[in-house]
Amino acid sequence: MSDTTTSANRLARYQTSAHIAGVVAAVLGIVSVLLPWSYAHEPLDDVAYYGAPSPLQYNYLGLMVIVLVMFGAPLALRRKGKFRDRIAWNTGARFGGYAMLATALVAVAGIGIEAGGLVNVDPGGWIAVAAGVLATAAGLVLLPSAAPRTGTFRTPAWGQILAIAVGLAAVLFAAAYALGLTDSGAFLFYLTFALGLALTLVRVGLFGWLAQCAADNKKVLVFAAFLVAFLFPFTQNGSDANMSIATQVLFFSATALGLNIVVGMVGLLDLGYIAFLGAGAFTSASLSGSLFAHINWHPPFIVTVLISGVVSSLLGLLIGTPTLRVSGDYLAIVTLAFGEIFRITMNNLDGSDGPNITNGSNGINNVPELGLFGFNFGDPHVMLGVTIGRFANYFWLMLIVLALIMVVFVNLNRSRIGRGWVAIREDELAAEAMGVNTFGLKLLAFAGGAFLAGVAGSVKAHYDVSVTPDQYVFLESAFLLAAVVLGGMGTVMGVLVGATVLKLLPEKLRFFSDYRLMLFGLLLVFMMRFRPEGIIADERRQLEFHAEDEELAEEVEGELIAYHDHYNPDAAKTEELR
Amino acid sequence: MTAAPEVARGSATGGVLLDAHNVTMQFGGLRAVGNVSMHVSRGEIVGLIGPNGAGKTTFFNCLTGLYKPTSGSVTFAGQPLPPRPRKVVYAGMARTFQNIRLFHNMTALENVMVGRYCRTKTNAIDAVLRLPRHRREEREATDRSRELLAFVGLEKKADTLSRNLPYGDQRRLEIARALATDPQLLLLDEPTAGMNPQETREAEDLIFRIRDLGLAVLVIEHDMRFIFNLCDRVYCLVRGEVLVEGAGDVVQNDPRVIEAYIGKPTVIEEDGNDA
Repeated sequence: MSDTTTSANRLARYQTSAHIAGVVAAVLGIVSVLLPWSYAHEPLDDVAYYGAPSPLQYNYLGLMVIVLVMFGAPLALRRKGKFRDRIAWNTGARFGGYAMLATALVAVAGIGIEAGGLVNVDPGGWIAVAAGVLATAAGLVLLPSAAPRTGTFRTPAWGQILAIAVGLAAVLFAAAYALGLTDSGAFLFYLTFALGLALTLVRVGLFGWLAQCAADNKKVLVFAAFLVAFLFPFTQNGSDANMSIATQVLFFSATALGLNIVVGMVGLLDLGYIAFLGAGAFTSASLSGSLFAHINWHPPFIVTVLISGVVSSLLGLLIGTPTLRVSGDYLAIVTLAFGEIFRITMNNLDGSDGPNITNGSNGINNVPELGLFGFNFGDPHVMLGVTIGRFANYFWLMLIVLALIMVVFVNLNRSRIGRGWVAIREDELAAEAMGVNTFGLKLLAFAGGAFLAGVAGSVKAHYDVSVTPDQYVFLESAFLLAAVVLGGMGTVMGVLVGATVLKLLPEKLRFFSDYRLMLFGLLLVFMMRFRPEGIIADERRQLEFHAEDEELAEEVEGELIAYHDHYNPDAAKTEELR
Repeated sequence: MTAAPEVARGSATGGVLLDAHNVTMQFGGLRAVGNVSMHVSRGEIVGLIGPNGAGKTTFFNCLTGLYKPTSGSVTFAGQPLPPRPRKVVYAGMARTFQNIRLFHNMTALENVMVGRYCRTKTNAIDAVLRLPRHRREEREATDRSRELLAFVGLEKKADTLSRNLPYGDQRRLEIARALATDPQLLLLDEPTAGMNPQETREAEDLIFRIRDLGLAVLVIEHDMRFIFNLCDRVYCLVRGEVLVEGAGDVVQNDPRVIEAYIGKPTVIEEDGNDA
């Protein structure tokens, strides 16, 4: 104790010098942007000019300005005040320093690898590295600030909505820009930059304030988020490359959200979830009127969706009824086996080993484009001067499906059924002894999750054009589960983030496709060690993982009260009257 | 205190509510409960005492459907009791646990609302579409749960996570959660374990108030003063069998009960100093 106090005292003397050093580092970084980073033109989308920064370097410049503010603000704000005391400048500065160093190192490494040697790194690159080292060192000398209290800033409603709008616009712009980067090195550079920037802003407390704005305007936020997603195709100028990735992300998210009901809300480990998606896809393909389908009935798509969902949920009931009476591990093994049985069965329904329904490993090909209310999803059309292609059509459809799944998820969670699920997760025996139908509720989650997967699968059959058994393998189940665990079990936002990360990274970082599994494994191990509740955590889940943390418990309690008052304004009022 | 909520659905006119006849629970070669017969009438407070390992909790578990008795029958309000905990609750019998088993990461209010589960009917479709039934039941469940929290004296702590409640409050919350299932008979497994005298007196008061609502109460307890103050009748269970049954003072002064708890005195002094 006394040791740390003395070393803190010793450090305290150098605070001003550290702030000044940080400012110098940021200025150095700004200077570096004006110099060429690389001799060759190929690396990082061309960073080889004097005085003419590339778009990537402009991003880096933005980071420099923010770091400059982090280090400079405490020098400028000498007097006490809410801006000095509620914002965690020092912690922000420290993470800004890390971000500078990391980005500069990625840049230098990228140039070295892509141009064939560090010889190609020009002075600008080295100055950026030096600036990063200086900023990191200065940040390490700084005493960490107290936790930010930016949530207590009073902001008028219009200010909050403006903040949400700006935040979402930034996300849309960043996503569109990142998707547009074709060079792996440039993408990695941008990713490091974005992560570093986000971490810095989180640490300084900006996100605390944004979260407060979001919590006060939940409806606006949800509406705006969907609006942003809806507008995304317009940023793509009719290019299909990114739209196809974005649509796949939506498919993946929708399926992961369905899995989240089973895993996140009730706590049942399902390792064969992809089979339900496959069942929906095969059902839909068989009823699609494809030449390769063996069922000569072609109902309208609305009917097909329902049939697919029902077929999947029947399979869910079939698996769930005998296994849900036993606890966790057995269910994991049975569902794992079920996933395999599904794949092998689909492979064998080829006419020689059984009835011919799926054409065996060839699958059902040439599934026609989806037609809904006379609109063909394969047709491109022009809207506001932008060509909206096939992928954008499916993107919008999946956006609607995703919204429906979110409504199901959130409304169930906020009902008697959701409370029953939480009770089962907390203490199954006590729940049963309090009259909760534990078996029925688990079965409902299992069959309901399967239904949603079936719905997503029925659209996916049309999107993929062909449905084959080897699209629905165990690996896909594992990725879905990873998305749920990585993002945050039991939350909508978390799963969307997790699914996006897991789907987007392999698409953009082709060069590591061989090491993909290894990297995901490592990522999950690190998550389990440092943040087992996921990127965006459900408050209750967070408590379950940190049972001894009393401070966290108090905090969560506050949030639950706010949540309760938000959804039961009358109850809150009567409480006040008493 | 707010007006007492209506808890009992049946009339409180007396008559046998719970009737256990020759209940035996055998675990392999171990007979934990043997030929225990017991009855509880409406509006009655009955105590169940016995030394550690006498089979009290096992007998409780037989009544509440956690165990299926090896032989014997249990009827509740004239109907044979179904051997599943959930159906027992539905029939009108709710319990608390010896080691508190609240849902620790839910608020006090949410805990009680889980108790309302078996008396509400909202299904998944109602909930997803927010149909009127969902909204009405949700409102009613909230109101009723707040009433019950007020009844046990926790109205100010409705939004506290149950894990953050003090021990005595957790016990009371467990009772409120059990009351939320609209029981006719409440089974309390050691409701004062670990409480100080002040809290014990409050618990006693609470149990009397529950009886005044027209409920029958069956209590397992070790605190003799508490149980003899409280109960109309007491059963003493020793080695899985009923040793004595009767009014509090009869059981209290029965030499066999004293022997079961303290042991047989080898030498009897002139003024025996046993308690």
